[in-house]
Amino acid sequence: MSTMAIDKAGPRRKVKYGSMSRDRAWALRWSYFFLVLFAIFFLTPPLYMVITSLKSSAEISAATNPWWVFHPTLSNYVELLTSNQFLRFFWNSSIVSLVVVIVTMLISVPAAFALARMKFWGSATLATGVFLTYLVPDSLLFIPLFKMLALVQDLTGITLLNRWYVLLFIYPTLTVPFCTWIMIGYFASIPKELDEAAIIDGASWLQTLTRIFIPVALPGLIAATIFAFTVSWAQFLYPLVFTTSIDQLVLPVGITTTLIKGDVFNWGQIMTGALLGAAPPLIIYAFLMDYYIAGLTAGATKG
Amino acid sequence: MADVVVEHGRVAGTTAARKGRGLHNALRRKSTMAFFLTLPLILLIALLVLYPALFSVHLATLNKSMQKYVGFGNFTFLFKRETFWMVVKQSCIFAITAVFFKALIGFIVAHFVHNIPAKGQRKWRGMLLVPWVIPPAMSTLAWLWLFDPSYSAFNYTLSLFGIGPVNWLGDAAWARFSVILVNVWYGAPFFLIMYLAALKSVPDQLYEAAAIDGANWWQKIWYVTLPMMRNIIAITTLFSLIVTFANFDIVRILTSGGPLDQTQIFATYAFRVGIESNDIPLGASVSLFMVPILAVAAIFILRDVSKRGNES
Amino acid sequence: MADVALRKVVKRYDDVEAVRGIDLDIADHEFIVLVGPSGCGKSTTLRMIAGLEDISDGDIMIGGDVVNDVPPKDRDIAMVFQNYALYPHMTVAENMSFGLRLKHYPKAEIKARVTEAARLLDITDLIDRKPKQLSGGQRQRVAMGRAIVRNPKVFLFDEPLSNLDAKLRVQMRIEIKKVHQKVRTTTVYVTHDQVEAMTLADRVVVMNKGRIEQIGTPNELYHKPATRFVAGFIGSPAMNFIPCRLEDVGGTLQLRLSDRIAFPLPPARAARYSALPRTDKLLLGLRPEHLTESHAHLAPGVETFDTVLDVTEPMGMETLVYFGLDGTPVCGRVDPNAGAKDGAPMRLAMDLNNMHLLNEETGVVL
Repeated sequence: MSTMAIDKAGPRRKVKYGSMSRDRAWALRWSYFFLVLFAIFFLTPPLYMVITSLKSSAEISAATNPWWVFHPTLSNYVELLTSNQFLRFFWNSSIVSLVVVIVTMLISVPAAFALARMKFWGSATLATGVFLTYLVPDSLLFIPLFKMLALVQDLTGITLLNRWYVLLFIYPTLTVPFCTWIMIGYFASIPKELDEAAIIDGASWLQTLTRIFIPVALPGLIAATIFAFTVSWAQFLYPLVFTTSIDQLVLPVGITTTLIKGDVFNWGQIMTGALLGAAPPLIIYAFLMDYYIAGLTAGATKG
Repeated sequence: MADVVVEHGRVAGTTAARKGRGLHNALRRKSTMAFFLTLPLILLIALLVLYPALFSVHLATLNKSMQKYVGFGNFTFLFKRETFWMVVKQSCIFAITAVFFKALIGFIVAHFVHNIPAKGQRKWRGMLLVPWVIPPAMSTLAWLWLFDPSYSAFNYTLSLFGIGPVNWLGDAAWARFSVILVNVWYGAPFFLIMYLAALKSVPDQLYEAAAIDGANWWQKIWYVTLPMMRNIIAITTLFSLIVTFANFDIVRILTSGGPLDQTQIFATYAFRVGIESNDIPLGASVSLFMVPILAVAAIFILRDVSKRGNES
Repeated sequence: MADVALRKVVKRYDDVEAVRGIDLDIADHEFIVLVGPSGCGKSTTLRMIAGLEDISDGDIMIGGDVVNDVPPKDRDIAMVFQNYALYPHMTVAENMSFGLRLKHYPKAEIKARVTEAARLLDITDLIDRKPKQLSGGQRQRVAMGRAIVRNPKVFLFDEPLSNLDAKLRVQMRIEIKKVHQKVRTTTVYVTHDQVEAMTLADRVVVMNKGRIEQIGTPNELYHKPATRFVAGFIGSPAMNFIPCRLEDVGGTLQLRLSDRIAFPLPPARAARYSALPRTDKLLLGLRPEHLTESHAHLAPGVETFDTVLDVTEPMGMETLVYFGLDGTPVCGRVDPNAGAKDGAPMRLAMDLNNMHLLNEETGVVL
């Protein structure tokens, strides 16, 4: 940073005319230089995943340049994508994430509408509570939740531990508060006259929500959906604690526990698995980047 | 709800009581509706967040077999353990250092992105946010492989410069460094995006006015950018402090707390004690120690968020 | 279509009374404008008629039925909002037909009504556009179209022209008047702009601090204001208020404006004011157009005086002149060729046949 200051300040004193554009040109060059450096830092791990995933085990254990693929092969991909176990993880992750997204939206959108538009007794407190809940981390709740599930299981006889579907109840605690919070922000930014016009047009509260608010706040809804999906897809601690049998695991836990067998690290397959596991959020991000970023910044800029 | 129902009955009985009935009816309809719309949310928070939080306080007062009430027994036990104090220290170092560097790198990179022509910004921003998009469990595996002692890509690269093999995850100091590095790598893009949004919200006229007043590059940042961004910097930092402090994935996958518990932080230690060693009350006690710090951060965030709300 | 009546309508927010018991009868087909400064309760009154606000006390009747407890959708009203409140995700046609679709009207009838309204408002070409693609004036038309297609008993307008630029505002004002002449729906229109009120209304309701100051036709309000507030609010530039008192000089009633200036009142005026106590502090209310340049042949009741102008504002068809009378700033309107100049002396004529006399304390026009 300091070099930049000197570079900008230096020529300004010596050259009077045209110094502004020269300054800008230098600032631009430095910006690009550092951006490239940071891009290398930020993109090395994912690129290294790709590189390794294209290598055979033999090439990985050979003492060659690790940054280059000499004999590219898709064998890791073929092996994983034909392995029932890996596909099972993928399936579990998909079904859990999709259901959680739906449940999250069904809970948070109506609640956000009520909190943004229907002032009722305790609505302000509830909105604050929603926000505080969002700040409660998973690492605070996994032990009591584990014990609670065990107790419920003992009481009712319904198997909850070591079942993937228990995640359908647990994940919404991570997704619903944030989604509700940002939807409150999006709904609150809709002009009050719009619902008044709808009321005069004869719309009920529910019709106002479904026919006016949801379509108008669609960008926010997409952002919230993306958030719910990525959080569900990436969640690691809860499934690690609540599920253990191989057929009940979701991707992040499946890859870290089954592909690392004892001390034997099959890095080619681990990297391929990690890459495939990272693919869905990355693909969504690639196509819906603006919504993704809007959702990311909404938490602090809205509400 | 009960008195609303009673009210309804009374009003319906006295048809002559015309005045105010519309108001009551509307309130009843509206509040009943609002109640049903928020009921799932309330149930979720009450049953799966609030209740477990209180339950964990209860758990923390039991002995290992959960048969006997031991009061503060678990806490006094932890206070006597050297490992526990190490965890406290490491958690604080981990969170503060990581958040500081995340904020710093985010701030610097946000400026660089803001500096370049607008049409290229989207591309760079998209590229630089990738670490935040990859599930941390997946990307940490890549780091684990980069740090690998025997085939490590880092050590290979360093050896080209004649720098001896570094025991990234085996040596306590290096392991702490690595854990923080990965966290900074994962979290800095979030700061970048937040700061970039904040930078964009500063009106250009302010910089132009500052330039006319004779402010140089540094003075513009100090007197215009930072004050305008203060609130967002505060909120983002506090947010990140909570998330980093409670982090589990990165340390768990990278070192599992090793070597010799020297990278253990609250979340991983609670997991080790509560789940792996099957001492649920002790694990609950460990994670409860996060509460005071999280609460302080949360209070400050809430204050800033409501301040923002008042401003707008 | 229907008449609207307000009976002692009160609106309280916690302990603030926004509307303090107003009575108003609006006839069928009538165009009523509620006008007043911001915070006078005019919008609240409109929203109570719409049903968007509960009324704290009193009754509102539409078509003879008390609608206090009737939700907005069952009041058979339509409303046009200041910011148009068009649904951004719907096309013009969808915006206009939303209310009808909610009520499950037959498709053919919806289409017929939308087409007719679009034709009436000259927006047939825009029917498939989204609000974002429309200009301010076009949005305003669509908002009116949305009201018209429902064929309601009452139209409610809440400052519909405030977001338009000055030129468009004049144009849309005429447009609204034309539409009303065609559909003849009872209309309640809220504005803070007295010109809008005067030009549009059959009758104007001037409101101030939650109360009705005066109800009357535009001409009544202009020529026979009941209070100082109405006298000052209606007309631009505003009416001058000059402190004065009455005195008897040799059997004639004189109006003394300052030590130096006093005029005998015209006989009609003298008869009207003769009973007033001479000690009362009074205000002479005089519109700028009754303060003109002096002529050789002055009509009876027109008196002249000399003054020094402070500032002149040439407006083209007239020149506004500003001067002080014993410290009271006064505005007059003179012919552009009368030779009015900044800082120059000038002889002005005061038409006392059109004067108003007000009690300074109560603000009542005597």
